[in-house]
Amino acid sequence: MESVNSARQAEISYRLKKWLGRIALLFSVILVVSPAIFVFFWMLSLSLKYEIDNIAYPPVFIPDPPTFDNYAKIFRESNYVLYGYNSVIVSGAATLIALLVGVPAAYGIAKGKAQGLGMLIMVARITPGLSYLIPLFMLFRFIGISGSLLALTISHLVITIPMVVWVMISFFEDMHPELEEAALVDGCNIWQAFYRVSMPIARPGIAVAAILAFIQSWNNFLFGVVIAGRETRTLPVAVFNAMTFEQLSWGPVAAAALVVTLPSLLLTIFVQRDIVTGLAAGSVKG
Amino acid sequence: MALASHRKKGYSRQNAYLWFIAPAVLAIFAVIVFPWVYTLWMSLHDWQIGGKSEFVGIENFVKLATDARFLSTIPRTLYFTLLSVLLPVVLGVFAAEVFHQKFPLRGLVRGIYIAPMMATPVAIALVFTMMFHPQLGVLNYFLTLVGIPKSLWVYSADTVIPTLALVEVWQWTPLVMLIVLGALASLPTEPYESALIDGANQWQMFRYITFPLILPFLMIAVIIRTIDALKSFDIIYVISQGGPGTASETINIFLYLQAFSFLRIGHASAVVVVFFVIILALAIILLVARERLRWNR
Repeated sequence: MESVNSARQAEISYRLKKWLGRIALLFSVILVVSPAIFVFFWMLSLSLKYEIDNIAYPPVFIPDPPTFDNYAKIFRESNYVLYGYNSVIVSGAATLIALLVGVPAAYGIAKGKAQGLGMLIMVARITPGLSYLIPLFMLFRFIGISGSLLALTISHLVITIPMVVWVMISFFEDMHPELEEAALVDGCNIWQAFYRVSMPIARPGIAVAAILAFIQSWNNFLFGVVIAGRETRTLPVAVFNAMTFEQLSWGPVAAAALVVTLPSLLLTIFVQRDIVTGLAAGSVKG
Repeated sequence: MALASHRKKGYSRQNAYLWFIAPAVLAIFAVIVFPWVYTLWMSLHDWQIGGKSEFVGIENFVKLATDARFLSTIPRTLYFTLLSVLLPVVLGVFAAEVFHQKFPLRGLVRGIYIAPMMATPVAIALVFTMMFHPQLGVLNYFLTLVGIPKSLWVYSADTVIPTLALVEVWQWTPLVMLIVLGALASLPTEPYESALIDGANQWQMFRYITFPLILPFLMIAVIIRTIDALKSFDIIYVISQGGPGTASETINIFLYLQAFSFLRIGHASAVVVVFFVIILALAIILLVARERLRWNR
């Protein structure tokens, strides 16, 4: 009888411990993720409220009723369609060029044929962005393309090329060499082995490299704020200007901020798993 | 004869790889190596945009060594960097331990958790600017809710650096978390099993098994975080522009202002060179520290 009782007690205390553990885990998860959730929620909340609610104290958390006026306002009063187009062209072209030159280069480095280049990319990674910007700015002025989308695209290569090379090196290094060697033995030349065998296997890696490079280029503010002209502003520059001109009108600024960052956040969802498996370790942020 | 043809084949294969890297080498020389060399060249000149340039040797560097405004940016940058490295390391390890457990919707929650580091820094900085508002900001409202006096956040010289570091921590703790999470996934299970049998508690297992094993990975996170925090620009420039006064003027902000507000290109290039040396020195110190740790284990 007694032993049955103590067995039951042990069972109860075991269950209790398990439940306590679960509650502690739930609490930790909420604690860890709430700062991220709150900032994005607040961004959304500010963008959907009338100005009177945005400057109310204590703050209004849930927009009631929600309004899309702020979004209408930013698209009506400034040329966000043009700035969005600029951003897409610059980041798209810079990513594409980086893939064209970066993927084969990463292959060469991974095959152990260009360690020096790998080192160069490492040093490029730690160099402050302004040390590229000042000379490039002078160069663009000198050849007369300052303020053009072309100049912006060239400057963004500083971000995208190291990113693509970096991600692709680890991808090619992890790849089993047997298939390629078989192709070489069967009489393929190196280019064919790369193009027909390695490239198709590396396609998921190329997608990740492209998305990461595109996001980093899209998010870049420094190069745009210096090089872009009135008509060639990228979105982050346009949003920054919106703040300096509308100091106290929070709704439109929040709406613009959300419009700018939404593409990066959506793209992140696609590469979330790959970022987690460690591909991005050390490669994020130009 | 056979040997010769073999060698020739090996040689042509070597050449073929050169074609793979040639376009990248060209591009990298144009947008990366050329700027480095040109920066060095400009740093030796007295050069104002629109004006003429004059070779002055190391005069720009000599001036920097006695420029009180520049010198004050160095400890300020290090203070900002220290906060932006230490806090993410502590918080990131905690978050990694949480995400190492299994729970429902883990993938989604993890996706939300890493969103800050992929978000556009300018957009994030603008939202934080509104949250830091001393009268109407939501953060001061939270402080009053829990009975802490309101803060001036970025509007006071005393709190501006920790406040900016807070944004940096918010944005980059996920990167540390990811690196540590990868490390945790690669850990062996045996030491934990024997520790459990020996009656070790959770903290002891973390302190004596997990921590030593993840330390090399943590050092990588520290190195990456240090380099990036030293170079932090967007968040500081958008939120405080180096103000109030020069209270949040880090090396990078000082550099930007010299180059593009005052258009002193030669002077700014000298700052770039010094800045690069500081980053490189810190990176090397940390790398050496990492190697030492490895030997002592």
